Amino acid sequence: MSFLIDSSIMITSQVLFFGFGWLFFMHQLFKDYEVRQYVVQVIFSVTFAFSCTMFELIIFEILGVLNSSSRYFHWKMNLCIILLILVFMVPFYIGYFIVSNIRLLHKQRLLFSCLLWLTFMYFFWKLGDPFPILSPKHGILSIEQLISRVGVIGVTLVALLSGFGAVNCPYTYMSYFLRNVTDIDILALERRLLQTMDMIISKKKRMAMTRRTMFQKGEIHNKPSGFWGMIKSVTTSAPGSENLTLIQQEVDALEELSRQLFLETADLYATKERIEYSKTFKGKYFNFLGYFFSIYCVWKIFMVKFWSQHISFILVGIIIVTSIRGLLITLTKFFYAISSSKSSNVIVLLLAQIMGMYFVSSVLLIRMSMPLEYRTIITEVLGELQFNFYHRWFDVIFLVSALSSILFLYLAHKQAPEKHMTP
Amino acid sequence: MASLDRVKVLVLGDSGVGKSSLVHLLCQNQVLGNPSWTVGCSVDVRVHDYKEGTPEEKTYYIELWDVGGSVGSASSVKSTRAVFYNSVNGIILVHDLTNKKSSQNLNRWSSEALNRDSVPTGVLVTNGDYDREQFAENQIPLLVIGTKLDQIHDTKRHEVLIRTAFLAEDFNAEEINLDCTNPRYLAAGSSNAVKLSRFFDKVIEKRYFSRDSNQIPGFPDRKRFGGGTLKNLHYD
Repeated sequence: MSFLIDSSIMITSQVLFFGFGWLFFMHQLFKDYEVRQYVVQVIFSVTFAFSCTMFELIIFEILGVLNSSSRYFHWKMNLCIILLILVFMVPFYIGYFIVSNIRLLHKQRLLFSCLLWLTFMYFFWKLGDPFPILSPKHGILSIEQLISRVGVIGVTLVALLSGFGAVNCPYTYMSYFLRNVTDIDILALERRLLQTMDMIISKKKRMAMTRRTMFQKGEIHNKPSGFWGMIKSVTTSAPGSENLTLIQQEVDALEELSRQLFLETADLYATKERIEYSKTFKGKYFNFLGYFFSIYCVWKIFMVKFWSQHISFILVGIIIVTSIRGLLITLTKFFYAISSSKSSNVIVLLLAQIMGMYFVSSVLLIRMSMPLEYRTIITEVLGELQFNFYHRWFDVIFLVSALSSILFLYLAHKQAPEKHMTP
Repeated sequence: MASLDRVKVLVLGDSGVGKSSLVHLLCQNQVLGNPSWTVGCSVDVRVHDYKEGTPEEKTYYIELWDVGGSVGSASSVKSTRAVFYNSVNGIILVHDLTNKKSSQNLNRWSSEALNRDSVPTGVLVTNGDYDREQFAENQIPLLVIGTKLDQIHDTKRHEVLIRTAFLAEDFNAEEINLDCTNPRYLAAGSSNAVKLSRFFDKVIEKRYFSRDSNQIPGFPDRKRFGGGTLKNLHYD
């Protein structure tokens, strides 16, 4: 009887999470695009729902809510489903949508997407060999095999993101690092940009006029096509067209310059906005948090093992909530930056895959932060994985990622000011 | 060569609708072989005969400024984009016939370009809601072009064309529907070519031949940073 009640509670919460994922997808991620394949939206929401359920189960574990046997059952079931999604469904659909974008392979989409999926499975399997993650007495398709591999990928991802985030977050929010950008700097850069555009225009005008006079004199035809056309164009080339090629090269260089200037100007505007934001109340609050977290992160980098036994339930809860929120925000920004109407489906599915793997490995890693008495359920459910390996692997990758982020940001910071500052 | 007069026309639309292919087709009469992501703004020039075939025929340069990006870009990108919207003489709005969102976003694109009173941080005064009056008193000629016509199935063609006709009417503009990978849609003498030519003539007329050609009403130079107006940076 209690099992039924517990299950209904779980299912209700899962439906709620599904709805939240659906709304997030519609109103945030796909705000500017048209959803033509509802499959993508469903997969994203389902992945999100089952990922959140795992965290919910951890919290229930700590709080002691629900019957322990029904908790165990739901753990197992949830894990199976999420592995199914991450290893079978999402990669297959990613392959399918990639193949759909390529015009040549359009006719035999299913065949090629199956091939892609098999390639993915092969590399996924091979991933397990160099790592000492399993004791050898498990069968081929057991949960432990799958989870161990998903865990490796996910833990690497989490460590990379955390390392970068630990360094980037204080850098972004702390006003100490904000370069002083004035309106004059921006104006000067914009003037250069427009001057470059004008140079491009005057060259293109020459090209257009040359083409027109050549056309009127009958020297130009449509692009020679086919084999004989190519041979012909080698032997007979009017002087006008050679001139055109020269100008075209100059134009290409100028266009590259204009792109650079555009990106630099956008960067200056973004910095200016950050400066303005830092003067507001909200900005000052985040600035303070930035100092606080940077100290915490530095401490964590160098003294990893010390407090792991003593972090209480509240901190675990905070870590879970902020990492979900942080992940969603980062995913959204990333999505806006790189997606186009063609690739949006593929990118959303990739994000769903990353999100699922991130959450699964967070469960693995959170074991490290939990007080001893609550670790048993995770150990029980996930089987005999070598947890210590994952913790050590996380530490290594975190350190590497943090140090290279520091190096990278230091170089970027050094390089930028000389270019833009007014003397 | 540069002694001909010039007009500036913006080409706006969502990313991936085919603006670069369209501009390439208009300026070089060739199909663009390898379309790639447009960063910032790419310009091309078309030589146009104003009032072709009449005694008043005159040749002009038409600069087509193809501004890349999406309406949902970060506000820093929008602020940077805004520098391209100076002294515009005409706007071509491009949307993808297979994607309804791109047609809906045209309102926001035209607001972004026409709304010169935007705050320097790039936050638009209107939140994208459509305002018919804004277009009624708008002096800049608009043209709506729908791309990827070949990908519309014959059975759906009729309803799509009705929808785009309403859209063009809302903007008080002509509309052309074509496929940028096929030059025959703009072949000389076709109705599309005639509409295009009429649009460019209208742009030139508004710029050079209207009564107050030196001052485009309702279109002051951008006031930025709370200071004076931006100096005209073009070499004329």
